[in-house]
Amino acid sequence: MRRPADRYDPLTIFLHWLIAALILGLIVLGFVMTMPSLDPTLQFSLFQWHKSFGMLALLLAVVRSVHSLIRVRVMPVAGMSRLEHLAARGMHHVLLALAIAIPLAGWLIASASPLEIPTFAFNLIVIPHLPVPKSDAAEAWWTTVHAVLAYSTLALVFLHSGAALYHHYRRHDDVLTRMVGARRRTLETSVRETRS
Amino acid sequence: MTRKTVLFAALLVAASLPQIGRSAVEVPSLAEAAGRYAITPGSSIAFSVDQVGGGGIRGRFREFSGTFNLKAGDLSHSMVNFELKPESVTTGQDRIDAFLRSGAVFDSDHYDTISFRSNRVQQTGPDSARITGTLTAKGHSMSESFDVKLTAWTGRKIAFDVSGRIFRSRYAMDVGTPIYSNVVQFDMMIEGLRS
Repeated sequence: MRRPADRYDPLTIFLHWLIAALILGLIVLGFVMTMPSLDPTLQFSLFQWHKSFGMLALLLAVVRSVHSLIRVRVMPVAGMSRLEHLAARGMHHVLLALAIAIPLAGWLIASASPLEIPTFAFNLIVIPHLPVPKSDAAEAWWTTVHAVLAYSTLALVFLHSGAALYHHYRRHDDVLTRMVGARRRTLETSVRETRS
Repeated sequence: MTRKTVLFAALLVAASLPQIGRSAVEVPSLAEAAGRYAITPGSSIAFSVDQVGGGGIRGRFREFSGTFNLKAGDLSHSMVNFELKPESVTTGQDRIDAFLRSGAVFDSDHYDTISFRSNRVQQTGPDSARITGTLTAKGHSMSESFDVKLTAWTGRKIAFDVSGRIFRSRYAMDVGTPIYSNVVQFDMMIEGLRS
């Protein structure tokens, strides 16, 4: 059975939204858990949840990347200019790269920290530290990288979702609907246009 | 969390007859060792908490004090009183020290002392004993036991190795489990100076 090249397959759609929810949740959690006035017990717990979900995000982002390499390429929706298509593809690649780079930078924080706090994902699996030298300076450096990448991603996500909403509400095309797995919108649009 | 008290060892020592058993240290008679001792600053109150994947946190308390009283002919009624200042905890990592002092663990701003008061001493060998008493930390008092072994005796000074395992959850200090073990292993060297 062949998949139409103008639609995303269910796994791509599922991973897209799951990773999006994880990353947004992790950014909120990352912001809250680093507030200085936090109760230390709660703070410790929030850090561990952040590390667990961050590792899950990393795993899913790697799966998504591998999957995107082997799946049938999805055609751009009709009416997009070459420049728009290139900008969209560029954004998708950057977001996917960040979805891997951010948790990797987080992993490097835990790995470089002299505190050597284990990463015990969901209290089930010990994730070993990456083989990097440990120092306060290295930990601080990766903490900065992690935060800058995360907040930059948040800005890009606003651009990305803003563009999707623009396509949906202004262009009335399939850019957003095909990522939610809905039926092609051109049919509805055609019906509406026919009636009007 | 906690510490232990140590002194009992003394009792064991005393209780045993010199000719019984083999010990690395010449075990004095109880009559010889009987008396009141003050725990010296040269003692060491070390602890460790294991973590998943190997390794763990090792630390010690720098401020502590205590006395023990070895009763001639009545080892089981020997007494140990010990207290330490959780504020003095040190692990070699300032951030870990600050976390241990915080409300998550010792809450040393509100509970500045951890104490142990023995209520029973059982001799377990010619130079060893088990001391049971009440450990009070962070507003919780629980019965705990420590194993004591005589390591040195000079007539004026007496020293013991004291070890014990404490469940920190009993003292509302179980933050970080199961990443960090609930068990705190204490390994102490208690030196007493006859007073």
